[in-house]
Amino acid sequence: MSVVETSGAVAIDRAALLDMYERMTQIRVFEDLAGKNFAAGLVPGFVHLYAGEEAVAVGVCSQLTDNDFITSTHRGHGHCIAKGVDIAGMVAELMGKSTGICKGKGGSMHIADVEKGMLGANGIVGGGIPLACGAALTAKTLGTGGVAVCFFGDGAANQGTFHEGLNLAAIWNLPVVFVCENNGYAESTPVRYHCSASDIANRASAYEIPGVVVDGLDVFAVYEAASEAIARARRGDGPSLLEAKTYRFYGHFQGDQVTYRTSDELETFKKRDPIIALRAAIVARGLATDADFNAIDTRVHQLLDDAWIAAKAAAFPAPEEALTDVYVTY
Amino acid sequence: MVVETATRTMTYQQAITEALRIAMHEDPTVILLGEDIAGGAMVDHLINDDAWGGPMGVTKGLVQEFGRNRILDTPITEAGFIGAAVGAATTGLRPVAELMFVDFFGCCMDQIYDQGAKFRYMFGGKAKCPVTIRTQIGAGMSAAGQHSGCHYSVFTHMPGIKCVIPSTPADAKGLLLSAIRDDDLVMFFENKVLYGTKGEVPEGNEGIPLGVADIKREGADVTVVAISRMVNQALAAAQTLADEGIDVEIVDPRTLSPLDDKTILTSVAKTHRLVIVDEDNPRCSMATDIAAMVADRGFDTLDAPIKLVTAPHTPVPFSPPLEQFYVPSPERIADAVRQIA
Repeated sequence: MSVVETSGAVAIDRAALLDMYERMTQIRVFEDLAGKNFAAGLVPGFVHLYAGEEAVAVGVCSQLTDNDFITSTHRGHGHCIAKGVDIAGMVAELMGKSTGICKGKGGSMHIADVEKGMLGANGIVGGGIPLACGAALTAKTLGTGGVAVCFFGDGAANQGTFHEGLNLAAIWNLPVVFVCENNGYAESTPVRYHCSASDIANRASAYEIPGVVVDGLDVFAVYEAASEAIARARRGDGPSLLEAKTYRFYGHFQGDQVTYRTSDELETFKKRDPIIALRAAIVARGLATDADFNAIDTRVHQLLDDAWIAAKAAAFPAPEEALTDVYVTY
Repeated sequence: MVVETATRTMTYQQAITEALRIAMHEDPTVILLGEDIAGGAMVDHLINDDAWGGPMGVTKGLVQEFGRNRILDTPITEAGFIGAAVGAATTGLRPVAELMFVDFFGCCMDQIYDQGAKFRYMFGGKAKCPVTIRTQIGAGMSAAGQHSGCHYSVFTHMPGIKCVIPSTPADAKGLLLSAIRDDDLVMFFENKVLYGTKGEVPEGNEGIPLGVADIKREGADVTVVAISRMVNQALAAAQTLADEGIDVEIVDPRTLSPLDDKTILTSVAKTHRLVIVDEDNPRCSMATDIAAMVADRGFDTLDAPIKLVTAPHTPVPFSPPLEQFYVPSPERIADAVRQIA
């Protein structure tokens, strides 16, 4: 196992850096508005927000194409946006509208777009891990050159599917990258209680695949480690496990009173906000100005504001729609 | 005009193997995966040969023909490989996974019913999951409590899963071809006691449509709906009853989801009497489900109470006399028919 320090040494050009900043900002604004509109009663059901973890989804997915597949989690909005799923369709899906990306049948926890290589947020902790192995098996069998990236949380590392999936990927040498987003808590339970390993990446050694810990608040560190793991998978050299140590700025779900962590702890992590850090790194290198960032921020807010206006105006599905899409025929 | 199709006598097991071979030839995206389906993976002298071909030999010979890249031995890791089959199906392959015994569904049910079966619906019709899961059911071999169950009612209960359950070699071939070609998740239930039974099987690539029942014996007096091996038990009972002057009609649903309720209702409308024979446990079962459907939609055509002949509500016992007591027998079926004939 190796630990990748924040090096900033990886070569990413200006356009790509600004694109990463824009994607991360899209996720942040998406989540802030989702939280606000959930509180206002506009979003039915359960909502789990990804704010704070943006560097992981964007650091990884910015290196993928539509030919690559990802599986996601209940905290999946960030993965969807990073993989290119239509944001207006996502907002409408949160509201259960007919214009939603899943026609209102999935909701926050089941947003998917197979055409974009996004195999679904997933309401089952650890549920996506075998599925990612299957997507990688498809890529290997058909020789598509694609890889599968499997996002899951620290809680999922204790599910049987984690161990079954890593073993299967290892023995079949599948082009899959397992990305554990360790945000410190499985729902309300701290990782130091629920997990026997001080680093979940250590568990890679049991399957004799590479295991790497990265600072999940540092998009450069994530990018660098993911770059190596994705290249390894594309070369046909098999799976890797990345553990990104990250943090969620909101609770497990909206409505969570978050009594299990201190406000000091939250403030400590907010001082390391991955979006502010990326912006500072870009500025420090003289690659963009405040005006450039303000233009991006304005564009993102406009996109999200328009998406909410459109979603609010859109129709709910007709009740009979509940009876469609369950089988090909029948 | 009736087109005569040439047939051969073959076993239920051989018919399944033939369907797998045809499906793999016609579609390069069809792969098979499961525990020991070839067997002996990475053993030097078995690189292009199989050790087992599955525990019952159903997949024997396929690895020589299609190679180990398409016939994948898996670890004993049901959640892992059933989930991988579901993920592969959603991304461009057409996998046929073998869940060695249906009793093992507890190890992988999330991947079946919460993932594969729900994708199409939850994703607004934009995903498909063309995976077939073959699995063994049934008592009769003293395989005891964890290797003898039926449990098809569990899967039939869940939307998004198609449930296919052949009783004859010809049905096994035709239905398996349709199951593999289908774009939904299909559970394909093979009764282990039927593997050695023989019948006429058509040549060629023709599938049997899912959701179409078959009348295995025409009769005028009592309709018997029988599932899987129970078709044979019902045929034996019908023979006895014919000598007593009772003419039984036997309806084999062949698929439980979708269920061909029209054929069942039409038969009951003719005979006005219904017995349902089901080897599964009786609570929340296919027997109660079909009985409820007929009571709801065919009550006016009934001249007698509906009778159910099922296994008892126990796990499957080991000892042969206990197991024989457990499985509905031709005698019990005949008794039920006599009560309402």
